[in-house]
Amino acid sequence: MESVSIPARTLVRPAPRPMSLTRQRIILTLRNPMAVLGIVIIVIWIVLAIIGPRLRPYSYTDFAAKPWTSPSAAFWLGTDALGRDLFVRVTMGARLALVVPTTAVALGVLLGSIVGLATGYYGGLLDDIVMRLIDVMMAFPMLMLYLLIIYAIGPSAINVIIAVAIGSTPGIARLVRSLTIDLRTREFVAAAQLRGESGWYIMLREILPNISGPLLVDACVRVAYAIFATGSLGFLGLGVPPPFPDWGQMIGEGRGWVLMVPWAPLWPLIAISSVVIAFNLLADGLRRAGWVD
Amino acid sequence: MGENRRQSGMPVIEMKNLGIEYVGAFTRTPAVRNLSLTIHTGEVYGLVGESGCGKTTAAMACVRYLPKGTLLTGEVIFLGKSILGLSDSELRHLRGNRVAMVYQDPLAALNPSLNIESQMAEILTTHEHISARAAHELCREMLERVRIGDAERVMRSYPHQLSGGMQQRVLIAMALLLKPALLIMDEPTTGLDVTIEAAVLDLVDDLRREFNTAILFISHNLGVIARLCQRVGVMYAGEMVEEASVEQLFKSPRHPYTLALLRCIPSLGTDKRTHSLWSIPGRVPPLSSLPPGCVFAPRCPLAQPQCTEHTPELQDIGQGRRTRCMFYDQVDPVAFDAYLGERMATQRQAETEHERLLTVRDLKVYFQPASGLFSIGKRPMIKAVDGISFDIARSGTLGIAGESGCGKSTTARTVAGLNPITSGTITFAGHDLNQPVQKRPRSILSQLQMVFQNPDSTLNPQKTVEQELLRPLRLLGVVKREQESEAISQLLKAVNLDDTYRQRYPAQLSGGEKQRVAIARAFAGRPKLVLCDEPISSLDVSVQSTILNLLLRLQQDYDVAMMFISHDLGVVRYLSDNVAIMYLGTICELGRADQVFTPPHHPYSEALLSAIPIPDPTVRQARIRLQGSVPSPTNPPSGCRFHTRCPRKVGAICEQTPPPAQEREGHIIYCHIPWEELKSAQTTQA
Repeated sequence: MESVSIPARTLVRPAPRPMSLTRQRIILTLRNPMAVLGIVIIVIWIVLAIIGPRLRPYSYTDFAAKPWTSPSAAFWLGTDALGRDLFVRVTMGARLALVVPTTAVALGVLLGSIVGLATGYYGGLLDDIVMRLIDVMMAFPMLMLYLLIIYAIGPSAINVIIAVAIGSTPGIARLVRSLTIDLRTREFVAAAQLRGESGWYIMLREILPNISGPLLVDACVRVAYAIFATGSLGFLGLGVPPPFPDWGQMIGEGRGWVLMVPWAPLWPLIAISSVVIAFNLLADGLRRAGWVD
Repeated sequence: MGENRRQSGMPVIEMKNLGIEYVGAFTRTPAVRNLSLTIHTGEVYGLVGESGCGKTTAAMACVRYLPKGTLLTGEVIFLGKSILGLSDSELRHLRGNRVAMVYQDPLAALNPSLNIESQMAEILTTHEHISARAAHELCREMLERVRIGDAERVMRSYPHQLSGGMQQRVLIAMALLLKPALLIMDEPTTGLDVTIEAAVLDLVDDLRREFNTAILFISHNLGVIARLCQRVGVMYAGEMVEEASVEQLFKSPRHPYTLALLRCIPSLGTDKRTHSLWSIPGRVPPLSSLPPGCVFAPRCPLAQPQCTEHTPELQDIGQGRRTRCMFYDQVDPVAFDAYLGERMATQRQAETEHERLLTVRDLKVYFQPASGLFSIGKRPMIKAVDGISFDIARSGTLGIAGESGCGKSTTARTVAGLNPITSGTITFAGHDLNQPVQKRPRSILSQLQMVFQNPDSTLNPQKTVEQELLRPLRLLGVVKREQESEAISQLLKAVNLDDTYRQRYPAQLSGGEKQRVAIARAFAGRPKLVLCDEPISSLDVSVQSTILNLLLRLQQDYDVAMMFISHDLGVVRYLSDNVAIMYLGTICELGRADQVFTPPHHPYSEALLSAIPIPDPTVRQARIRLQGSVPSPTNPPSGCRFHTRCPRKVGAICEQTPPPAQEREGHIIYCHIPWEELKSAQTTQA
């Protein structure tokens, strides 16, 4: 009479054991091809930054050969206008391009989270005043803001970090504030207040862990943007002073001879693009792996 | 009603041995197994069961609206055509034209940035290619048919400008625009107040007659099912366990799960002194690891050894009934009740100690709507609570009932210190509580705790159960550090969870389990008063009664007083010693539970009582329909707040003077109608 029931139960696997949300997200991230591609590119660059300059016998300031030597077995990427090895310079530049934007964004996340948590959680007059200040900061074109800061405090790696950190704080603060405003009305926050938790505990232990996902995704996008920004500053001669090889600055130097020696600006250009794309891929992958909801 | 089934015509949808399996990132979930059912024209088919039983999934299969990668087996035949083989474009046509759906949350189903007319007309212009003018006429006509009086105004409105009941009516009108052959309604009244629910149910019943539509009605509320449906299928853990006509099902259930569901509902006749509420032990098994044999066996009070050895099939037992129970002839309500009586003999005999623990006098809580730094002038205050007074005795329970927006939750949150007091006094065990929660001393905090409404937001998603319970223990200094772990075990045990739950995150808990953890957290500080803000309203009936019984037991064991807020009068009656009925920021009736639930009533309480669906299709209640929706608390009506909707309004006096308090033996009714007159009017009617 009844047809055979579908063999659903034979397909069943044992129920998964408790897993924290973060662990689940990490597993899903590692299954996401975009995120993995981004991570692979970033890791390749980290490896290159660490060992690249040591693979060749020259330092990034040595005049190793004639200017504008073409790529060859001895000079893998050729040399620049002063005869310095471009492979050494590009990989050396990677140290800067990886450390400066990530440090700057990390600082920005720290500052922005403090401001965003405090304004979002306490609200009131503090929120009104701080948010209007942030509106003013965000009304400036970002590059103008960087230029102003660098002109004021002078070009150096530390100062670029400071400029980019200050520049990214308002956006992060706004993001954190809006997420906090949503979370502070949740019942678990009321429960924490009812057992007498301090404002700091609630902000750092109840709210912050719940916004870390979106914050991470946002930070990845911001790192990508910060790499562009530091590149632009270098291009304008306001980044790390020569002779240290800043990718933006290398593009600026090679620009004049681009028709004669296309590779001089090309290598740093490819370098910047690949890192920027890698961070954007990672951000996209993280978002799809559920870090935002 | 039973004859309706015979006369109803051709089958609209037939499912044959339908199986649905979700394939996820970590698991495979066989959500529906071997489901067969048929719905005819002009028939309302009810699908009941706890959440997670596959009701919604089964309904979605009618239009094959399931996530990518879902495995489907069996057959779904819609108007004689199998839909599992249809192409995407054929499916789209089918979904739009022949099948319509109404969901639980009307606001989420409507587009907030389009007015009602554009949303409705869009359906007609896309599917029927008619002119905008003709579409306008059709929309207006349809809105009028779903009993919307002011159709032109509603069409110009945006969704947020309409009340919940209105939105649901608009959605039903939209669903009916294309005269679908099948209407799927997924818990359409769950989010609504009882008064609005009753109106929507009447409407659905009228529409069924008028359009001869087949309706698949999903609900976990048996009262609603009894009122509306002709045939009912009971689902459990992805299987249909019983199918019968509604009269047969309620009169003589033939599956223990159905019987258990029926025994879970607190009804108005019962209170906690005489009648302990039955709850189904355990919960729906996770679909990814089902028990062997009959899936209900682990929770079944009638289970026998064979039940776990053989997998029962859905068998025909005559009179058009089917059941999956092997021992269906032994499913006997009388024997079942006897079994319950013996098993749940714990009788609660709380002697009412007349010591006051909490005293609230003339409490007012007004909110200033948010205004920016540069906004000019102040907007009018929202008068959420406007002058209420009540007491809670030590170890006593006060139930507060009323429609949403009447100030119940605000009252609880204000007592907890989460809202500032505008004026009035709150005294708790001799202490003045007129201070925000941040300024209260620890000793007060630990004595006053709260259980919240929403199981999904009550626990921090990033914390384990253990972390959630540890903080209050540590902060409120209940036990020494070395005893903390032991104390957590005890708390978990008190809420019927075992130690394996310690390391779980909220995402791995069901709604009922989350609420249990929240209750354990509230009891961790050894409170004297626990404020429960609708703690069960978003849970399934079977879980609801478990949580209710749990709260009662804890109240007894820990000797605490409770303030219990609910819009469900049956629950309030069951739990409370005293009851307050609130309307628009004021109390309109206050007294002992037995006083409030017997005439005379305040006219508002009377309306609320009459709107409760009774889970018995043979009883037709005299229902009082309240007109309109609750007025705005910014500018409440003068005089008696209820006069704009009161079916017993006397005249100008109601609009001008606030109602006097009429008191008899502690029972207070705020109304202009004299006590005796109310009493005689209400007793003769009943």
